[in-house]
Amino acid sequence: MATTNRPSPPFERAGLSDEQLVGMLRTMLLQRMLENRGFQLNRQGKIPFASASEGHEGVQAGAAMAFARGRDLLFPYYRDLGLALGVGLTSYEVLLSLFARGSDQSGGRQFPHHYSSRRLGIATISSIIAAQLSHAVGAAYALRVRGEHGRAVLATFGDGATSEGEWHESLNFAAVHKLPVVFLCENNEWAISTPLAKQMGQPDIWRRAAGYGLPSTCVDGMDPVACYLAVSDALDRARTGGGPTLVEAKCYRFLSHTTDDDDRTYRSREEVEAHRRDDPVPNFERRLDEAGILSAEALERLKGELLAEINEATDRAEAMPYPGGEELYRNVYADSTDPWR
Amino acid sequence: MAVSSPTQTSQVMNNVDAVRATLYDAMKNDPRTVILGEDVGARGNVFLITKDFAKEFGPQRVIDTPIAEASIVGIAIGMAMEGLRPIAEIQFADFIYPAFNQIVGEAAKTRYRSNGEYTCPLVIRTPYGGGVRGALSHSVSIEALFYHVPGLKILAPAFPADVKGLLNAAIDDPDPVLFLEHKKTYRLIKGEVPDGHYTIPIGKANVLKEGSALSVVSYGLYVHWALEAAQQLEQEGISVEVIDLRSIRPMDKTAILQSVEKTRKLLVVHEDNKFGGIGAEISAMVAEEALFSLDAPIRRHCAPDVPAMGYAEPLEHEYMSSPAKIAEAMRELARF
Amino acid sequence: MAKTDTKGKKLERNGLSDDQLRAMFRNMLLQRQLDNRGFQLNRQGKVPFALGSEGHEALQAGAAMAFHRGKDLLAPYYRDLGLALGIGLTSYEILLSLFARADDHNGGRQFPNHYSSKAAGLMSFSSILAAHIPHAVGAAYAMKYRGERGRAVLVTCGDGTTSEGEWHESVNFASIHKLPVVFLVENNLWAISTPIEHQMGQPEIWKRAAGYGIPGHRFNGFDPIETYGSVNEALDRARSGGGPTLLEGMCYRFLAHSTDDNDMTYRTKEEVAAHRKEDPVPRFERVLIDHDVMSAADVEQLKRDVLRETNEATDRAEAMPYPTAADLYTHLYEGAWQPWQ
Repeated sequence: MATTNRPSPPFERAGLSDEQLVGMLRTMLLQRMLENRGFQLNRQGKIPFASASEGHEGVQAGAAMAFARGRDLLFPYYRDLGLALGVGLTSYEVLLSLFARGSDQSGGRQFPHHYSSRRLGIATISSIIAAQLSHAVGAAYALRVRGEHGRAVLATFGDGATSEGEWHESLNFAAVHKLPVVFLCENNEWAISTPLAKQMGQPDIWRRAAGYGLPSTCVDGMDPVACYLAVSDALDRARTGGGPTLVEAKCYRFLSHTTDDDDRTYRSREEVEAHRRDDPVPNFERRLDEAGILSAEALERLKGELLAEINEATDRAEAMPYPGGEELYRNVYADSTDPWR
Repeated sequence: MAVSSPTQTSQVMNNVDAVRATLYDAMKNDPRTVILGEDVGARGNVFLITKDFAKEFGPQRVIDTPIAEASIVGIAIGMAMEGLRPIAEIQFADFIYPAFNQIVGEAAKTRYRSNGEYTCPLVIRTPYGGGVRGALSHSVSIEALFYHVPGLKILAPAFPADVKGLLNAAIDDPDPVLFLEHKKTYRLIKGEVPDGHYTIPIGKANVLKEGSALSVVSYGLYVHWALEAAQQLEQEGISVEVIDLRSIRPMDKTAILQSVEKTRKLLVVHEDNKFGGIGAEISAMVAEEALFSLDAPIRRHCAPDVPAMGYAEPLEHEYMSSPAKIAEAMRELARF
Repeated sequence: MAKTDTKGKKLERNGLSDDQLRAMFRNMLLQRQLDNRGFQLNRQGKVPFALGSEGHEALQAGAAMAFHRGKDLLAPYYRDLGLALGIGLTSYEILLSLFARADDHNGGRQFPNHYSSKAAGLMSFSSILAAHIPHAVGAAYAMKYRGERGRAVLVTCGDGTTSEGEWHESVNFASIHKLPVVFLVENNLWAISTPIEHQMGQPEIWKRAAGYGIPGHRFNGFDPIETYGSVNEALDRARSGGGPTLLEGMCYRFLAHSTDDNDMTYRTKEEVAAHRKEDPVPRFERVLIDHDVMSAADVEQLKRDVLRETNEATDRAEAMPYPTAADLYTHLYEGAWQPWQ
């Protein structure tokens, strides 16, 4: 783990109730199990593609807990399964996306994990890296123009996105106008096959904030409580007119980029195993057990419930129909798709 | 023309005035409207289109952005997704390329990829076109690079009344519209503009002059030159029909086919270069739909296939057409 | 801008000889004279367009003095008349560009002040802001790849350009690969009509360097000697394998953006007048006279020389022919240019 400007706190609950702490673990477990389901379904030939977020469970559960449902807006990227779940997306909706069914929010148009939901405040995204950041900034500007105090935008991205010009343009514009937006970098050290050292001249993304005149925080992204605290502080600042913050959460991508990638071609097993010791899921399970918040037995029960939920969601989603061919032509414009009039 | 106000009073204005007046009304009438772009605030746009807007509507709604075109469009998309009605300006069309992904990959697909849940009611205005000694980076036509893209609408009005009616339609439209303003026509072209709010339907061409010997389809500056040429040919006894497309995507098939079926000859005239241009699509459509109505091969009178016009006067002169050159192209087709 | 009262103090000359100091001053006078000539010719209706670089003379003369002719490369922007002169372009070449004559390097294709000269190491660029910065980085990569120690690329831009995504992408890439390139920002406080505070969240561009892990430095761009020292140090570091530097030279744009702009629509006479007090040209004239590098009579003689040179170049360039219509079709590709074969 590279330098952080904020020490990882000893176990503290940061004002979170037992229920909230268990809620975060639930999100983390659900994220991991749903993700494994995606990889399984891919290997079974049932879905053509899945992408992986293992290692991001801590940062996403923490950030989602800081998100104010019904008020804040989320502009995520495609590795944010846990964030989507944490702000309210259901397993069934995730499975509909994986199976590309007609009743998926995008009507089966989007790649898996490109969720959107007006109901939950999740914006629609493309696969283009960093393209959603200027949208997040525009949405934050809209909140400002409409005088909607107490609301903020959470924009997330990986370390790879920080090399894009639009990343720079977005932070710069948000800084000029002190907009209510939090930029959360989920730094997993790898841009597909490109390690941090080949992505940037120095490895601490949070250090760039000063150049924009922005405050920044760097946290251990494997620790959901620390991430909750950092994102919560930043969102609170944004909601109360204090402007944007850059939060860097250092985590790790345990799996290949997607089912189409083989990470053995570019990184060693030793490196991955070394990071496995920091795996946020078993670590947080242990911490809750040690703190007397969730016993081993209760944990097993929880896992059993989640598995049942996922199995049911899988069966239900799989049984749903695909979109019909005629769906290809809908929603190009509000009116006719025909370019000739 | 769908005029909502029964009062048919009008004023003479040029194209700059028409853009300015329309934007002003949009700002005045709808607090969701914001304008963002380079130098649109204190300077009031490089052509003074938004002069004094920042004073009247405040810097929060008239935003001087940093020089960063990708994010000008991207931020406007986010605003549009969250309920504002942004009008983004790209200072010159030549500067639009850094925003290509945001326009083609994001704005045009927002509705589609979310299956209608998120929409992008966004206008991107930009001055384009040559004949103003703008050299390689202040003269280009960009329409062909964008008209291939489903999800975008592209307008290129030539007359002040159309500028107002179509800009209003663009602002009201629920989808992203690329609004092209030919900069040479800004102050050159004057005309009557009806008072009050009105819109012109997107996708409707305008038959500017009826004729029987051949049909000329054009848009932008060259509409004016085609009209001038047609009037010249009228004196020579050749009756030319001139159609101003106004809307490039969607495009008015009915108007083109009706005209071609009458005159049986088609000449497409545009300032953009020929290969893969708007004229290619029109030609293909007419060949598909009305081949046996034609008495002559379809002709395209367009710019040569070089990247842009050079700065030196002879280079620009060679690149640009003129009423005389268009008249010659008309005569040639009429003689066929 | 720091005031410098030089009388009675030892001249800090950063190793520059009297000849070099005089050469810098000549460069500054010539830049201003040619700049004014462009505006005059525009008012006379002889050229359709000219750009103002007044206020950038010291910065450009100092930077040009640090440039190694025949070795370094310059990737300038359109306000770099003095840099172009300082690395070897002639007044006649500048006038050819203004008049868009056939013998201009670009055959009259480009806007004025968009010079290029392979012989002088001056890379071709467009009017699109920041588009040239990745080119400079690519050229620096080529130098490094070929092992050409002792060479570097000097790439310049205005403050406005630092908002572009490509600026960020370029500085980031150069810092990853420790390329021999110096990013010199000529900060004149205005991006056409947009002041610094509407361009960025904090006004010191050099501070962004830390975020890229490269050295950053700000200097007084109204002082050619200080400029020379800063640029020379950065170029030397680049030439000797020490990687890129971000430099910010503070200056001011005394004139409107171009002959098509009226700066009184967005800034006050008083602001301009306040900066005029620090005008680098008379300021450096005083320094040279105070330190007996030149006499007042020498200065007058030099001004006459520069005026005569400009007049001669004007007459000679104006008398040259335009390119012909046939020249529109050359140099599109190597070989045939028709899209149909």
